[in-house]
Amino acid sequence: MKRYVLEDKLKSEFSVNRKVFIDQEILEVEREEIFSKCWLFIGHKSELPKNGDFKRKKVGGRNLLFTRGNDGEIRVLYNSCPHRGALVCRENKGNSKVFRCFYHAWSFNNHGELVGMPGRDGFPEDFNCDGSKNLKEVSRLEAFRGFVFVNFDTNAISLEEYLGNAKEYIELVADQSDVGMEILEDPQEYSVRANWKLLAENSVDSYHGMPTHKTYFDIVATRGGELSKDNLQGVGIDLGNGHAVVEYTAPWGRPVARWIPAWGEDGKKEIEETKKMLIEKFGEERAERISSYNRNLLIFPNLIINDIMAITIRTFYPISSDYMEVTGYALARKDESETFRQRRNDNFLEFLGPGGFATPDDNEALELCQEGFENNKEVEWNDISKGMNREQPLSNDEEQMRAFWRRWNELMVENAMGVRI
Amino acid sequence: MNISRQEIEDFLYHEAELLDEWKLEEWAALFSSEGVYLIPPIGNPEANVNHSLFYVNDDRARLDQRAKRLLKKEAHVEYPHSTTLRNIHNVRIVDQDPDGIKARCNFSTYRTKRETLDCFVGVSEYTLVEENEELKIKEKKVILKLDSLRPHGKVSIIL
Repeated sequence: MKRYVLEDKLKSEFSVNRKVFIDQEILEVEREEIFSKCWLFIGHKSELPKNGDFKRKKVGGRNLLFTRGNDGEIRVLYNSCPHRGALVCRENKGNSKVFRCFYHAWSFNNHGELVGMPGRDGFPEDFNCDGSKNLKEVSRLEAFRGFVFVNFDTNAISLEEYLGNAKEYIELVADQSDVGMEILEDPQEYSVRANWKLLAENSVDSYHGMPTHKTYFDIVATRGGELSKDNLQGVGIDLGNGHAVVEYTAPWGRPVARWIPAWGEDGKKEIEETKKMLIEKFGEERAERISSYNRNLLIFPNLIINDIMAITIRTFYPISSDYMEVTGYALARKDESETFRQRRNDNFLEFLGPGGFATPDDNEALELCQEGFENNKEVEWNDISKGMNREQPLSNDEEQMRAFWRRWNELMVENAMGVRI
Repeated sequence: MNISRQEIEDFLYHEAELLDEWKLEEWAALFSSEGVYLIPPIGNPEANVNHSLFYVNDDRARLDQRAKRLLKKEAHVEYPHSTTLRNIHNVRIVDQDPDGIKARCNFSTYRTKRETLDCFVGVSEYTLVEENEELKIKEKKVILKLDSLRPHGKVSIIL
């Protein structure tokens, strides 16, 4: 059996074979063992505020409809006509009582039930009495604190069991507002010409922060967010099940609720009020954790919730072994003032996203890795050892990536490839 | 302010040339003291910046920083600089009012680096004003006519 992930605790050495980023056969196994069996994020409840709201989503390579029916229930339907297969919905989002396939004009209500078809007399009386001609519904749909997930494996464990220790960190985001959190409209849809696992690593990698994003930190310094020895300090934790987190201090301002001088006295007042609300609700310690600490959270395999200078939610899927599609969302407090929303969004756009001052440099780094992997016949292994020699790895160590690879190895090599390869 | 379409075309060609030649600080200097540079969400050009996720929402200070950053060696995505070519078409004056001249043009901007060519197409909407007897950009809104930033993956250059 070929081994792709090597962990040598004695020598404090952790290696990943570069073939995992370029091999088409490995990608096919990932589609089976990971993207058809793990819980995958489809969206946030706030994306569907009204009955009849829908959004098209591509999750795990499937074309799905994320919908709220007239009965108020959230469902996920396969966007594929049970008759001959065409997409029944072509709008990316909207509100509708009916989805109608234009090919032969079969119509479905927003629960997915077949409600109309031309030439009904050409079908038997009991046609669809078993519901087999309704839009097929994804069988496993579960939510935690507004985050909605799907699983294509009917036998999967429950979402809460799957999330395990990661739940605590999702709650630190969900608890930031009394009235709830909301996703901003118009998520960013972009791509990277690199293997999807490189973005899982990169999204929780604090080690690359200074060398890759120096130009960003230069700009933060002009806002009064000076780098000091207390900044960028924290821990990296393997949360189990492939999930991982880094939790640390940073020089940037946080809309909840860390003030920087650029926000002025008015900003200070509002930050203090928010902090007071958090203390009343959660006590001093938890309020301080929510407001002053940053968290980059990886939910295996491909959900990132980064609660940093703003909150981004990011998912990404492989199209081929060297190309991924990325969706980036912004999450915010429903009840924050317009001024603070603006500060939050300025923070977001300055660092995050394909037009920001940091994300494009990440894309470049990932693409250069992918190009470098062409040497993999002679230069075979990635090193992910940093911090293995410490009892508690730091946030700029690499324990959080090791957590991902340990789980990847269990699912791919021990469960699947051990038999297949 | 009375201005002909040809004068606006000359101004836009000049802007395109500065960008293609990586004279980015000179580009930033084309903006008025209150100038802004925006790339709204694809498909939603009138989006509200507080409720939607833009790609770029630069006030005057940030567009200066954008220009300065891209000239640094540590702006890795653009070091070495990519090669770009900007074409401006269909220039039209939409409105002339006391707030400034509203002009619009189509653009196709090509960027190549590491043997990969990406093409950005869209419409740029300008509000132009006179400041210290010079024509300046008060607002430049870049409306991308794409489905998404795929396969581009980023807008690392100035559009």
